Amino acid sequence: MKVLVPVKRVIDYNVKVRVKADGSGVDLANVKMSMNPFDEIAVEEAIRLKEAGKAEEVIVVSIGVKQAQETLRTGLAMGADRAILVTAADDVHEDIEPLAVAKLLAAIVKEEEPGLVICGKQAIDNDLNATGQMLAALTGYAQATNANSLEVDGDAATVAREVDGGLQTIKVKLPAIVTTDLRLNEPRYASLPNIMKAKKKPLDEKTPADYGVDVAPRLEIVKTAEPAERAAGIMVGSVDELVEKLKEKGAI
Amino acid sequence: MAVLLIAEINDGTLAMDATAKAVAAAAPLGDVTVLAVGATAKDAADEAATIEGVSKVLVAEDALYGHRLAEPTAALIVSLAGDYSHIVAPATTDAKNILPRVAALLDVMVLTDVTSVVDADTFERPVYAGNAMQTVKSKDEKKVITFRTSTFDAAATGGSAAVEDIAAAEDPALSEWVEDKVAESDRPELTSAKIVVSGGRGVGSEEDFVIIEKLADKLGAAVGASRAAVDSGFAPNDWQVGQTGKVVAPDLYVACGISGAIQHLAGMKDSKIIVAINKDEEAPIFQVADFGLVADLFEAVPALTEKV
Repeated sequence: MKVLVPVKRVIDYNVKVRVKADGSGVDLANVKMSMNPFDEIAVEEAIRLKEAGKAEEVIVVSIGVKQAQETLRTGLAMGADRAILVTAADDVHEDIEPLAVAKLLAAIVKEEEPGLVICGKQAIDNDLNATGQMLAALTGYAQATNANSLEVDGDAATVAREVDGGLQTIKVKLPAIVTTDLRLNEPRYASLPNIMKAKKKPLDEKTPADYGVDVAPRLEIVKTAEPAERAAGIMVGSVDELVEKLKEKGAI
Repeated sequence: MAVLLIAEINDGTLAMDATAKAVAAAAPLGDVTVLAVGATAKDAADEAATIEGVSKVLVAEDALYGHRLAEPTAALIVSLAGDYSHIVAPATTDAKNILPRVAALLDVMVLTDVTSVVDADTFERPVYAGNAMQTVKSKDEKKVITFRTSTFDAAATGGSAAVEDIAAAEDPALSEWVEDKVAESDRPELTSAKIVVSGGRGVGSEEDFVIIEKLADKLGAAVGASRAAVDSGFAPNDWQVGQTGKVVAPDLYVACGISGAIQHLAGMKDSKIIVAINKDEEAPIFQVADFGLVADLFEAVPALTEKV
């Protein structure tokens, strides 16, 4: 079985986000970019399936600017076997929408016929939480989102999902689309020898035209603004003073 | 314009707060029809019919929908979509699972966690963990939207909409339910609680989380946790407040031993009153707190529990 893992290049989660003064978006020029943290978990899970003998090949795919090649190399250094880069944007500020990403992935799924696609549950830039579900819709496959654990057994996978109030376990027919939640695993760091080896692993370069997919956005970003700031509060000196203030406010 | 709103129903019970808030959010978009779907959904449908602003309730009661699996539920919604300009739901884990699937089947984009309706095509939603607010205009003919309920007030009850049974749609038979592991709790639900008491990495262990829970129980509050506390195994994931967990906006939020990472602030900064207790006076949580107390939480939290 092949496992396909889509990975997105996003602003590093430790970097402070700056909204551009003209309201046109978030400044991504000269900012540290990394693999979306939930996608790292997805790559890790795919590699573990391969190590456990449940998968033969792990393919990482990225759709975006050509610099996403670095993100794919990270996936290869972690242990993926080969990579596909679909260059769909020239400007790092151009975000390819989940619907277009899902259409491209669906075309790749048709070509590669993976038994499983593991996606991050959401990208930490647009926070949409949609690509996995949309890919499942377009391929007609089952979906198991927010995975807390994943077990592959023959032609089915059992997935415990993080839901409101606890865990829901479902069994999905393969091929299926799984999206990762935080506690699925802890991704490994790539070792230096593996980083060197990753440079020699195959990386196919494609464009949306190769798959006949139109990536024109459906959503027009009218403006991007700073969130409303909270007015500064006060420091209290003791628990008693805190209780008194909260009573004054009618909070307790 | 007409809106199809998917009610939040868990095991036959309507989540009134989430559903009524979504109704309020959707009201400016047109006539609201609520869809109640589940293995048992009739009681929930009758209750949803009392929400003001609801013009009709459709009930799809079938064993097929017992666990709100994404594939059959999405197929049902798509079969009804023709009559509506907007398909919406409160942004619960169920809706976030189902609605993007619906959107892709309709060949439209999905708008998740919408916090404000500007007009029928234009919406506001947070991006980058709430570090930026984006206004987006949809060019799609149909809009598929989840509303972040914490930013809307619930619609009142007192209405009496008509309730109509509808047939189940086809079963794609791609997945099956195995089991639920639901944490039994008498505490209020995290996203609709009036008071939330949360613990962070500073709590130090799962055992010590009890002091957070004691304060919560004294206040009749829900218990929350930061991602750091969840990552460290001090608290279960469904207590997680933040960008990757739940977004809450209670009347009172008490953050204990939480430094205030951006991702956590994204989940609670809309709370009416924020209290922060942390021994590090430089902790960023104090920048959003209405009342900050620099103290050892192992002394301050039990003292607070005693005095409230």
